[in-house]
Amino acid sequence: MVMVRRMLEYRGTGDRVTRILGLVTLVLVAVTAWLGLVVSPPDKVQGQLVRLIYVHPAAATACYVGFGLCAFASLAYLWPRTRSRRWDRLAAASAEIGVVFCILTLVTGSIWGRPAWGVWWTWDARLTLTALLLAVFLGYLALRRTGGDPDSRAKRCAVVAVVCALLVPVDHEATTWWQTLHQGNTILRPNPLIHGWQLLTMLISFVTYGFLFAWLLVHRYRVEVLEDRFEDEGYEVAIAERRAEGGVVTIGPSPVLSESLSVSTQKAGQS
Amino acid sequence: MWRDAVVVGGKDLRVEMHSRVTTTQVAPYAILVLLLFGFAFDQNHAILSQAAPGLFWMAVLLCSMLAVQRSFALEAADGARDGLRLSGLDPAGIFLGKAAAVALQLVILEVVLGLGIAVLFGTTFHNPALLVLSAAAATVGLASAGTLYGMVAAGLRVRETLLPLLILPVVAPVLLGATQAWMAALGLTTADGWRWLTLLVSFAAIYVTFGVLSFSVLVEEA
Amino acid sequence: MDQVIHFRSAVALAGRFPVLAGADLDVARGEIVLLQGANGAGKTSLLRACAGLLRVAAGEAWVLGENLVADPRAVRRRIGLFGHSTALYEDLNAVDNVRFAVRASGGAVSAVVPAMERLGLTGRLTATSVGALSAGQRRRVALAVLLARDPELWLLDEPHAGLDAEHRDLLDVLVEEAVGRGATVVLASHEADRARRLAGRIVTVAGGVVSAQAPSLSPVQPEATAHVA
Repeated sequence: MVMVRRMLEYRGTGDRVTRILGLVTLVLVAVTAWLGLVVSPPDKVQGQLVRLIYVHPAAATACYVGFGLCAFASLAYLWPRTRSRRWDRLAAASAEIGVVFCILTLVTGSIWGRPAWGVWWTWDARLTLTALLLAVFLGYLALRRTGGDPDSRAKRCAVVAVVCALLVPVDHEATTWWQTLHQGNTILRPNPLIHGWQLLTMLISFVTYGFLFAWLLVHRYRVEVLEDRFEDEGYEVAIAERRAEGGVVTIGPSPVLSESLSVSTQKAGQS
Repeated sequence: MWRDAVVVGGKDLRVEMHSRVTTTQVAPYAILVLLLFGFAFDQNHAILSQAAPGLFWMAVLLCSMLAVQRSFALEAADGARDGLRLSGLDPAGIFLGKAAAVALQLVILEVVLGLGIAVLFGTTFHNPALLVLSAAAATVGLASAGTLYGMVAAGLRVRETLLPLLILPVVAPVLLGATQAWMAALGLTTADGWRWLTLLVSFAAIYVTFGVLSFSVLVEEA
Repeated sequence: MDQVIHFRSAVALAGRFPVLAGADLDVARGEIVLLQGANGAGKTSLLRACAGLLRVAAGEAWVLGENLVADPRAVRRRIGLFGHSTALYEDLNAVDNVRFAVRASGGAVSAVVPAMERLGLTGRLTATSVGALSAGQRRRVALAVLLARDPELWLLDEPHAGLDAEHRDLLDVLVEEAVGRGATVVLASHEADRARRLAGRIVTVAGGVVSAQAPSLSPVQPEATAHVA
């Protein structure tokens, strides 16, 4: 609530916290770029290509975190006890950011694949899975854009997101059995293949993406809050206008739609 | 729940018996798709019989989209959806009934398509047990996923265009699993076909369970 | 439990538009209440809210002792709504439609044929698919559904529209019979004379609220309570 109030004062999605977060992210991006492009040496086998390791794995992780967060938030929304518009906003924000990172993952992967494997695209298990996930979540975003009552939209989308998440293991098994060619996890192997500056840079790239993710998420979430606010603020006016249609000035107290619509419809939605 | 499922499923099948949309429109469409595959692959029998399982399931997928669209177009007409809600039917029953009706129509289509690939692509069938079981699991999966998303998209103005975007990526594992299982059953690969069956069964289980649990949420949201 | 409908400051939204902007309504068991008001005043919305089809987002809403705000589904089997749309399947014939509707709401299938006969749906009409029936005949099929279900609360939205003179009279008889069996009826109608003869009380709806709710039970209301929108 404090956050919302502060936000409304600024009439935007930024405040001191996000500015600091943004600055830290910017510095980290610069550091990663410097470490990745200047300090770290080229690889013995992959040459300059290895520098993609400072972009691609972190982006993929951010993408999966985004989708995971979306599924978690959707589940929390569907659960009657924890139902709140906040979870819906979080799901919307994280899915959108997940899609952005997913596209980034596929693009950088493709750029990497061309010189490393000789093809832009290959039907490898993890690639296919990522592409499938992108398609699934593009569908989810399309569903989010359909209008109508915000609460029913939230429920529809939450159901779809949860079932998408349930499918990830199935998709994973399917694509793995189907084909496997991708190089395995590079850091988690017992005998890491990368050392020194490369490892450090890569770890920093994960931190950078983490901050970037958080910064984007906060802003995107607040855009959702503002949109809700915009619509909720019109509520009193809409009621008054609707009553005026009948020539009625006031009849009793204006019905209270406590805080925002989400609270009152929470009760109604428990069926 | 089961009683309601029988009532709803029976109604959908009765509508189909009167209107014969599946038999007079979707089934010919399915055969047409197979013919067009034949044109696309330049009547090369070696390629066609090798690709037969994939083409078969692709055709089933396209038909399932039509069947689901039809199933929810019924409810969209003249306030039928309100009638369904007002009747106080158990949403889980509505889901099971509608999914079962779609599944039954898909089974008929699969028989037609099976004859189609046998005639047009020269497919011969080897392992009937695996063939039938994997087809059954895939059909349940397709019908339940289709019904779930059909309800998600029902009542939206953009449902015709949204539905394929929602369903197709999601049923990709069914296409993959059913195709691989059939490849094995038709003797086109030496790989183990049975493990694909487990995949198809788990897909179907997820969608049936989740559909039963979540349909009340979807039915209420007009 | 003599109160069948109890609405207090009920708000219902269509998207973000408040179709009901804080409506109060009280209906006792056995009443026949006429809702009147201009087009778009909120009559249909009020009836749909009573049926639990339109969610009440704020305020209180009790129907037949069930809280609609908490659970709009609980009450539906006990309510019949006869409105602008007939909720029939065009590809099914009349008798199959009525049978499905009755079975779906847990009613007795034995009531189907008598109800259809009562509405003059016999012979050829029962076996014709609804898509081939005229608009008035369809409405009679929908009425047969209502009669066969025999709900505790009848919600009628422009029930006379599309019916011929004979069946308008029949409808009035059916309504009175239903009330005789202990049902409650709320109807919205622009057929002012006919509906007023039928109704025990007139409630005026305007701008999404109930602007006049006369407590009297006298059959004909003075014009003064009618609110000019």
